[in-house]
Amino acid sequence: MKTAGYDANPLEDETLTGHKVFQVPITSLTSNALEETSLSPKDVQRCKNFFALGLMYWLFNRPLEPTQKWIESKFSDNPEYVDANKKALKAGYNFGEHTEIFTTRYTVEPAELEKGTYRNVSGNEAISLGFLAASERSGLPLFLGSYPITPASEILHFLSRYKNFGVKTFQAEDEIAGITSAIGASFGGSLAITTTSGPGMALKSEAMGLAVMTELPLVIINIQRGGPSTGLPTKTEQADLNQAIFGRNGEAHIPVIAASTPSDCFYMSLEATRIAVKYMTPVILLSDGYIANGSEPWKVPQVADLPEIKVEKRTDPENFEPYMRDENLSRPWAVPGSPGLEHRIGGLEKAHITGNVSYDPDNHDYMVRLRTEKIKNIVNDIPPLEVDGDDEGELLVLGWGGTYGAIIEAVSQARAEGLKVSQAHLKYLNPMPKNTEEVLRSFKKILIPELNLGQLARLIRGEYLIEVESYTKVKGLPFKSFDLKNKISELLGGSNGK
Amino acid sequence: MANNEKIDVKEKKITAKDYATDQDVRWCPGCGDYSILAQVQRSFPEIGVPKEKIAWISGIGCSSRFPYYMDTYGMHGIHGRAAAIATGLKVARPDISVWVATGDGDLMSIGGNHFIHACRKNIDINILMFNNRIYGLTKGQYSPTSEKGKVTKSTPYGSVDYPFNPISLAMGADATFVARSIDREPKHLKELIKKAADHKGVSFVEVFQNCNIFNDGAFSVLTDKQTKEDHLLYLEDGKPMVFGKEKDKGIKLEGLKPVIVDLKDGKHSESDLIVHDEADKNPVKGFILAHLTDNPEMPTPIGVFRRTEKETYDGGIEKQIEHITEKKGKGDLEKVLFSGNTWKVN
Repeated sequence: MKTAGYDANPLEDETLTGHKVFQVPITSLTSNALEETSLSPKDVQRCKNFFALGLMYWLFNRPLEPTQKWIESKFSDNPEYVDANKKALKAGYNFGEHTEIFTTRYTVEPAELEKGTYRNVSGNEAISLGFLAASERSGLPLFLGSYPITPASEILHFLSRYKNFGVKTFQAEDEIAGITSAIGASFGGSLAITTTSGPGMALKSEAMGLAVMTELPLVIINIQRGGPSTGLPTKTEQADLNQAIFGRNGEAHIPVIAASTPSDCFYMSLEATRIAVKYMTPVILLSDGYIANGSEPWKVPQVADLPEIKVEKRTDPENFEPYMRDENLSRPWAVPGSPGLEHRIGGLEKAHITGNVSYDPDNHDYMVRLRTEKIKNIVNDIPPLEVDGDDEGELLVLGWGGTYGAIIEAVSQARAEGLKVSQAHLKYLNPMPKNTEEVLRSFKKILIPELNLGQLARLIRGEYLIEVESYTKVKGLPFKSFDLKNKISELLGGSNGK
Repeated sequence: MANNEKIDVKEKKITAKDYATDQDVRWCPGCGDYSILAQVQRSFPEIGVPKEKIAWISGIGCSSRFPYYMDTYGMHGIHGRAAAIATGLKVARPDISVWVATGDGDLMSIGGNHFIHACRKNIDINILMFNNRIYGLTKGQYSPTSEKGKVTKSTPYGSVDYPFNPISLAMGADATFVARSIDREPKHLKELIKKAADHKGVSFVEVFQNCNIFNDGAFSVLTDKQTKEDHLLYLEDGKPMVFGKEKDKGIKLEGLKPVIVDLKDGKHSESDLIVHDEADKNPVKGFILAHLTDNPEMPTPIGVFRRTEKETYDGGIEKQIEHITEKKGKGDLEKVLFSGNTWKVN
């Protein structure tokens, strides 16, 4: 009972009020079904799960064959188990069919999906594939500097397999070496990335400042988990947004983007790379434990359809200055090995254009503003915030990151109840899309659900002076769409969805 | 363009000056760092790597200003992380000759972890550690190599802390090239830098360096003309360990205990002495040498303590990539994307 998260038997209290409850004596039914087998009573009881599954298959009108085949292969060493489990499965199915307590069966039609080839992909797998693709589309060799940490380690595992793509994975001695080795690799001309989770982000923050100052491309991937400190390593949370946006000494602005679904992790990895190399800047890509480990069907793209990532490395020594800037305010990427471009970079303040160490007050003021402006200008190079539903109205639900699935589910439930609600999802957190304020001002109420204590809400209030309704949970679990729908309903004057 | 202008076809000879930048060198006048910089600039033309193929990486501290004064690629990193930055660069770019300029605070204290792991992995980088046994940039606190009892700003009653022995630490972390020189031994230092450059694998060179502001004279007994020869033991591969102004003293092993013998007393000859073997695979003698000065009577060895061979980390990575690519064929992104359990929706 505890494992299922109940303090008391929910069948005996009010917990399940409003649900249709059918009590099924699975233990005795399974025993009866397997009376004739020679299995021990203990082993018989272990077949209960297949009885329950069989019942579900009946309820949802699903065929038994795939599972029967799976049982055959899973227990191929033990025909007795095959027989017992198949019997239990069938018994569960037959129970549904012959018992008259169930009056309804459900059929879930195949999802309506675009034509194409699909596969399942988890967020971490998608990030790995995303950077593999980014490496190919940019022509830059991929370097990952990383220290194992839950729930980010899988990316290190995945990428370590792709040696024949020339991918170099460096399992560093610590988080700091993870990012600083990546900075070294970036200086050397690689597409350099580092993967981590909250505590590792904290350790990397000084080095992020170095990447800001040296203006080297780098992608820092934070698979968020419950914090603070060691927190809840295996649970999900969105509480590192403040850390991503503000967590460095000095004025150290870094673009921050967030993936919203497992497959979106693929595209956001390409996008993080595009921004990093185009603007010669570190970029933070946020994911979280929920979408990192969760998977979804993904329509696999053709390589040729992926965006090409343009990279220009400086090779011409004529008039070369390491901190001269192009139209994007980016400095040139001149890598060791290029004759005539020898230069020094570092964490000390740099003189505009020459890149020499400078303690000049005006230069510092100028450079701080210049670096900040470079990041702010990215606003002109990212897609606008899209609204699902009416462009204006009573309520907009604004989300970011891995809560996307729960939010759209809640919104669709609310709409099914006749509520008018629009929804938008921020993938770019710094800078936010140009039209963000306009979108927000088109609604009377803004609801921001977050798995933290309102970090995006505070950002929005601070940036746009717009009052928002913050809806937060920090249980280490994803939102329940039902709760979220109730909140929507409440804000629209409903009676908590009842 | 005038037609009579001749094209100079003679190859320009690279000299020490070609490695100097236009930046003012900002160390305190009289600092030992100047000598180290000069020896590096003098040795590099002889090492023969084109300067665009060289990168100097540093951390934070007086010594870490070094890259600004070398006209090669360079990065002045953050405190303690030079070895890790250098590691990333070397793994990404094995074709680049990667050098680390660091100090006893930067490498032995805040960067200790990166140091031991760079040694352990045998990354093919060269680490020059300027050891002045003091924090200079932060103006005079004791460092992890300061002697016990040292009176500094942060230890007004004397330090109760024990120092690291950097040579022993490097050998303990299985560094494949471990050496020591002194800022005031220019020729010795220059030759050592060349040897470090030649070594394939991690090279660690500790350079005793005088901080004339905060720890002046820390090594004076090893640098003053009157005292140095009786206190320095020049390590030479294949040679017996002889030292002293008159070359009349030697180091002999009694069991595992080193003792000084008088070569003029008629009882001892050079054949009794330890013969230095840089490539000795057994680490015991190396540690005995590293700890020789635990006994204040003993001379301080300088030169190469250890030089052994094993595969480098960066080399291993390249080899593996080559091997796997040969076995599996060059990676095909389309194939990887469409791999696993796929299904078609029509």
